[in-house]
Amino acid sequence: MTAVVFGVLAPVAAVSGLLVFRFRSMARVTIALLVSFLASGGLLISLGLGYLGTVVILMMIIEMIIMMVFMIAYMMNPAGLIQMTMHHNQRGARAISVATFVLLSAGIFATPWPRRAGAAPPDPTFQLGKALMGPQMLTMITLGFTLFAAMVAAVVLATARGRYDRFGDDLKRRPPSDSAGGGVGR
Amino acid sequence: MATSAPAWAVLAVPALLAAFTVAAVAGDALLAARAGGRRPSVAAAAGPLAEVPRLLVAQRRTTLAPDTLLWRLGLVTVPAAAVLAALVIPFGGVTASRMSVGVVWFNAMEVLTWAGLWLAGWGPNSALSLVGGYRFVAQGLAYELPLMLALIAAAAGAQSLDVARIAAAQAHYLWFAVWMPAALAVYLAGVYAFSFLGPFGSPAGRDLAGGVLAELSGVDRLMVAAGRWLLLTAGAGMAVPLFLGGGAGPVLPAWAWSAVKTLAVLGLLVWARRRLPLVRADRYAELAWVVLIPVTIAQTLAVALVVLKLGGPP
Repeated sequence: MTAVVFGVLAPVAAVSGLLVFRFRSMARVTIALLVSFLASGGLLISLGLGYLGTVVILMMIIEMIIMMVFMIAYMMNPAGLIQMTMHHNQRGARAISVATFVLLSAGIFATPWPRRAGAAPPDPTFQLGKALMGPQMLTMITLGFTLFAAMVAAVVLATARGRYDRFGDDLKRRPPSDSAGGGVGR
Repeated sequence: MATSAPAWAVLAVPALLAAFTVAAVAGDALLAARAGGRRPSVAAAAGPLAEVPRLLVAQRRTTLAPDTLLWRLGLVTVPAAAVLAALVIPFGGVTASRMSVGVVWFNAMEVLTWAGLWLAGWGPNSALSLVGGYRFVAQGLAYELPLMLALIAAAAGAQSLDVARIAAAQAHYLWFAVWMPAALAVYLAGVYAFSFLGPFGSPAGRDLAGGVLAELSGVDRLMVAAGRWLLLTAGAGMAVPLFLGGGAGPVLPAWAWSAVKTLAVLGLLVWARRRLPLVRADRYAELAWVVLIPVTIAQTLAVALVVLKLGGPP
């Protein structure tokens, strides 16, 4: 069963990944990438990592749709309707990708893979949670703060309006003047 | 309590989902007849269902330079997401596809509508459809995080991501609806939002000449129009194990209680959808991020503290 699932999903992941560089529309490119990620998520589930696989599916759908909105918005033609290509610096890219592929494949055959010690845990999700909330706690806290700081910094850099625009020079204007009204009456 | 299901159960899921959806659509048609001053009758209830054969044989509308591949992909995704989400909902004691991470699976499949609706809007190369698709993405950014936190509250209460275990955790104790009211309210709002019905119907709003539905006819229209009701039904069905004790109840067998509770939630959603005003995605976004996310985080914290103190649900 696992072999059948692998035999179906692995080619789907690889081929749709390849299609990313074949399609000429940003929408199709993004969906090809999404299909590749979905197949990878399915592979993780078939390996017994239900939580990781499902979260990959969940996050990648949201991420790809949001990415597609921005990629189309930032394209240099109206609405992303003129054909485009994902190729840049073709010669360099080819050299880098071939070298990476050879290196990784060589690694697969050269590594002395360890034998499985013990049995799989009954609930890998629980194991994952314990690892994240135990030995990897510091990693997760650092990661959380870094991501949050990056988000706040990006928003601060991106927005053209500050509190003086909203609340006036003496910060006393209530309600603030916003270009778009909010849902909580601010 | 929950047994592993036989293989045919996977086929029973779409059939059962469709049956509940037909009941919901018929009930909605009756309410529409009453609101329109017509006599609620069998003919009125069957009106939307009589549309089905017409849509099946009607010709597809074609537009200038559509992206047919992505369009069709998006259209199929909407009803498919509903059926895939419903696979993990326990009905009585039986779950068609029991997963240890069923809650996350339900969430992931419901999120498939993001891709489905955006593609359904993008595909026909029509401005009104595309605006509808973008509206749904904006709505998604608003509703998704509070919905996730509401799901986490229920999972934290049962200390499991397995939907059948969440239902079992309420079997002899308080229903989660009683001590997680904020999570339940946010969850039900999320159900309206991912099925783009009722107050969250603006992606297919009348002000956009139908939005994502604007260029759809024939079987294409049927898939999206039925898909949103299937999503509503799947959401109502999931509320039962998450917050209403699953199949637990006196006298009647578990499957009957599951059916009764699902119909009750579905009835509430169908009735209330006519009483609630349309919510614009940009306004809901601020409400969701400024009010609902803190509220649901507080709800989850409260649940976690109760479970830590008592060693289990009360």
